[in-house]
Amino acid sequence: MNNRYDRQVRFDGIGEQGQKKILMKHVGIIGAGALGTHVAETLIRAGIGYLSIIDRDYVEYSNLQRQCLYTERDAGEVLPKAVAAKKHLEQINHNGHVNAIVGELSGKLFSDKFSTCDVIVDATDNFETRLLLNDLAIKYKIPWIFGGCLGSKGLTYTIIPDETPCLSCLMNHMPFSNDSCDLSGVIAPIVEWVATQQVVEVFKLLVEDHTALRGTLLYEDMWTNEHISMNVQTLKNPLCLSCGRHRTHPYLSESKKRYRTSVLCGRDTVHIRPEENMKLDMSYMKQMLMKDELPCVDNGFLLHTCIDGHRLILFQDGRALIHNTSDMKWAMKLYMEVIRKGRTCLTE
Amino acid sequence: MKVTINGQEVQLPEQVQTISGIRKHFNIEQALTIIEQNKKIVDKNKYDSQALSDGDRIEIVHFVGGG
Repeated sequence: MNNRYDRQVRFDGIGEQGQKKILMKHVGIIGAGALGTHVAETLIRAGIGYLSIIDRDYVEYSNLQRQCLYTERDAGEVLPKAVAAKKHLEQINHNGHVNAIVGELSGKLFSDKFSTCDVIVDATDNFETRLLLNDLAIKYKIPWIFGGCLGSKGLTYTIIPDETPCLSCLMNHMPFSNDSCDLSGVIAPIVEWVATQQVVEVFKLLVEDHTALRGTLLYEDMWTNEHISMNVQTLKNPLCLSCGRHRTHPYLSESKKRYRTSVLCGRDTVHIRPEENMKLDMSYMKQMLMKDELPCVDNGFLLHTCIDGHRLILFQDGRALIHNTSDMKWAMKLYMEVIRKGRTCLTE
Repeated sequence: MKVTINGQEVQLPEQVQTISGIRKHFNIEQALTIIEQNKKIVDKNKYDSQALSDGDRIEIVHFVGGG
């Protein structure tokens, strides 16, 4: 075996047998932001055989403070995060197979790209995607590791389908909250703490040492020095619609709506997602925009243009990010006007 | 009354008598939280009625969603 893994092979918990398993296994990472880049880097260094990483966003300068794989050049080139992540991961360890997906998690995409994963790591930044991931992971019986961080607070929990409570069980226990967007910022150490806790659980699952799994919800506030390890097993709800006896996968059904719009937390940006299976012909779209004398830059992965002072980023899968607005109705109108310019390029 | 919240001893004002009172006092009524009192998770429907006692150990986990 290649001696680049010598130090972790010497570690009893992994050993030669464990390393062989790591080299053959497949981990999915949902999100290539702060958590996703840290998790991906550690896994590729550890010799993971197959890594599938999906992200819907592109690299910006404000990401560089905590998103470890990216460089100023990636931000300057407006590279999709999944593409930039793949490039850097392959430079770190060319032996791992990295599958980068620029897009939004959906039922179909999960079935195509993630259903063979041994473990999935949550590195998203919103509960909507997490609840969809929760439904999908339970449907395909894949363990997944919740992770979240904000300010100096972080938490993580390992969800094993049909054994532990699922994310819906936990969320159902919490009082309804209007506070969907918090602008507190985040410091890199808590990101690294959460990612580290997630990766060590991934290792245990990959080497099939389930007895070593932590089993508790782990919470940390690094600034105020609060540490909690909470047993939440009692929250497993037999009537849960996501994981209970009569499961209906409610968030998976919800995700199939035709168009979905959302305001990205703290970014004054509207995200528009069309239905699944849409594909834009980017070169045709670019021609149409340039015909209207709109500035248009195509980096091979996405188009960016500027309309009435609003930066608009269009992805191949028909998604758009419209900056400097949080007016979803207005953003949708602008989006439809732009999409109509290239309407013949919409293909199913 | 004196309780321990997330490992730190806290003197609560007299009017704080329940789990809801704690959420109000620390201005976390809108936050997604799971709260444990003396190692038992408190049912969200009992926040208003769940009385606090001197010496209670309260753990508050904030469900932060960034990533």
